[in-house]
Amino acid sequence: MIVADRKPFEEIIEMLKPYSSILLLGCNECVTVCAAGGAKEVAVLASEIKLFRAKEGKPVEIKEVTLERNCDPEYVEALKPFINDFDVVLSMACGCGIQFVGEHYRNKIVLPAVNTTFYGVTEQHGMWAERCQGCGNCVLDRTLGICPVTRCAKSIFNGPCGGSQGGVCEVDKDTPCAWQLIVDRYKEMGMLDRYLEIQPAKDWSTSRDGGPRKRIREDLKI
Amino acid sequence: MSTASNLEKVLKAGNFAVTSECGPPRGADPEVVKKKGSLLAGYVDAVNVTDNQTSVVRMSSLSASLILKAMGLDPVMQMVCRDRNRIAIQSDVLGASALGINNILCLSGDHQKFGDHPTAKNVFDIDSMQLIQCIRQMVDDGRFLSGEEIKGKPDLFVGCAANPFADPFEIRAMRLAKKAKAGAQFVQTQCVFNAEKFGKWMEMVRDLGVHEKVYILAGITPMKSAGMAKYMKSSVPGMDVPDDLIRRMQDTPKEKQAEEGIRICLEAIEKIRGIKGVSGIHIMAIEWEQMVPEIVRSAGLYPRPQS
Repeated sequence: MIVADRKPFEEIIEMLKPYSSILLLGCNECVTVCAAGGAKEVAVLASEIKLFRAKEGKPVEIKEVTLERNCDPEYVEALKPFINDFDVVLSMACGCGIQFVGEHYRNKIVLPAVNTTFYGVTEQHGMWAERCQGCGNCVLDRTLGICPVTRCAKSIFNGPCGGSQGGVCEVDKDTPCAWQLIVDRYKEMGMLDRYLEIQPAKDWSTSRDGGPRKRIREDLKI
Repeated sequence: MSTASNLEKVLKAGNFAVTSECGPPRGADPEVVKKKGSLLAGYVDAVNVTDNQTSVVRMSSLSASLILKAMGLDPVMQMVCRDRNRIAIQSDVLGASALGINNILCLSGDHQKFGDHPTAKNVFDIDSMQLIQCIRQMVDDGRFLSGEEIKGKPDLFVGCAANPFADPFEIRAMRLAKKAKAGAQFVQTQCVFNAEKFGKWMEMVRDLGVHEKVYILAGITPMKSAGMAKYMKSSVPGMDVPDDLIRRMQDTPKEKQAEEGIRICLEAIEKIRGIKGVSGIHIMAIEWEQMVPEIVRSAGLYPRPQS
């Protein structure tokens, strides 16, 4: 899923200063799972904003809407009947959703209420962690399921670096060293000799470095 | 094949090599480099010039290397993968060779989190292993990483670093074997405080026959004080400072701690020289370069072989 964090309340309030009616958008997909921008978070944020603005003597009207998805035209279309009734859209969807709604309603400004952070998993209840950077050229076969691009702070393909100690990354004591995990996995599977293979320089052209990416399936186009 | 590197000559002649380090200043004053260089001249076979070490902005490694080169020293230009992509790296390799730099040390580089610009974007287009491969391909085959031909190929003696004290320990010798396979010709290790563990690592290195493929220079750092010893243990990632060593420094009166630090360092050199497969030492006297001549003399490693 795509993981996000709600922006600090002060930053959101500052962005909303010029506006007195807000369409507050949530999304039922990833940001609901990571408890950043689902219907529940939309309701909480709406009350916080209303309370704050009422106290300031600048009350605000807020409509709460949580779409099934913000990254698909058919769901975004649902905003059409009422989006123009509001000064601004404040979105708790991920960065994709925020942009996509803006692309559909060009006369509206869509403000971000969350910081989109990573593609990750729920490691345990209330704890999410990054697993993939979408580099477009997967190497998980070579590293037995642990991504060096994402999970090593230096994206090293022939690790571990000299800063790996006690299984922990030098950058953060709560982050496991990706290469310790890879070596452990090689050992577990009786494949430690694979460690000796030198991984060649990566082709980053399939990653963000090659420019914005697009996927076209002619057979699915209407 | 050999280069014009003094370090390579010394090692190939079978001498026990001595290298040291010069950290460029956080400013544009060449005198700082010259001063450090003059302290080391005659006492070492080559001088490493760090590349924005600990991710703190400093005078570039190539510039400081040139200043030392002009003084007659043989600089080892360090190069990290943190700040340059493969285009900038190869361009700097060509430039360094054109300006008469003979040695290059390939490193991944400290994460920028530890430096003075923690909000910077890092590069890490290639890693230290791939950097070694890349430079050897440029030097030996006259080809860029892309495979295209270089007109006027660079000539460099290629080194790398190794940390015998980082984890997982069991692959640390294999990792050096990989670097040797990638084309590293010499290696300088992390500071050896734990000679016993270093000895174990060397045993694993010998078992893999790596000491016959790459010249191994053991890292040596004299400790100025008990405070420094404690700091290195607790705050420098991948550093192994045994407790008894810290106690020994702590039990020494403050005004005698520097002297004791030098004594510990000389004892380490003695132990290391007795380990089969070690070809030299790399003295990293951090902001204490003036002690290098005394260390080299007291260790019986002076005079250095004449080039």
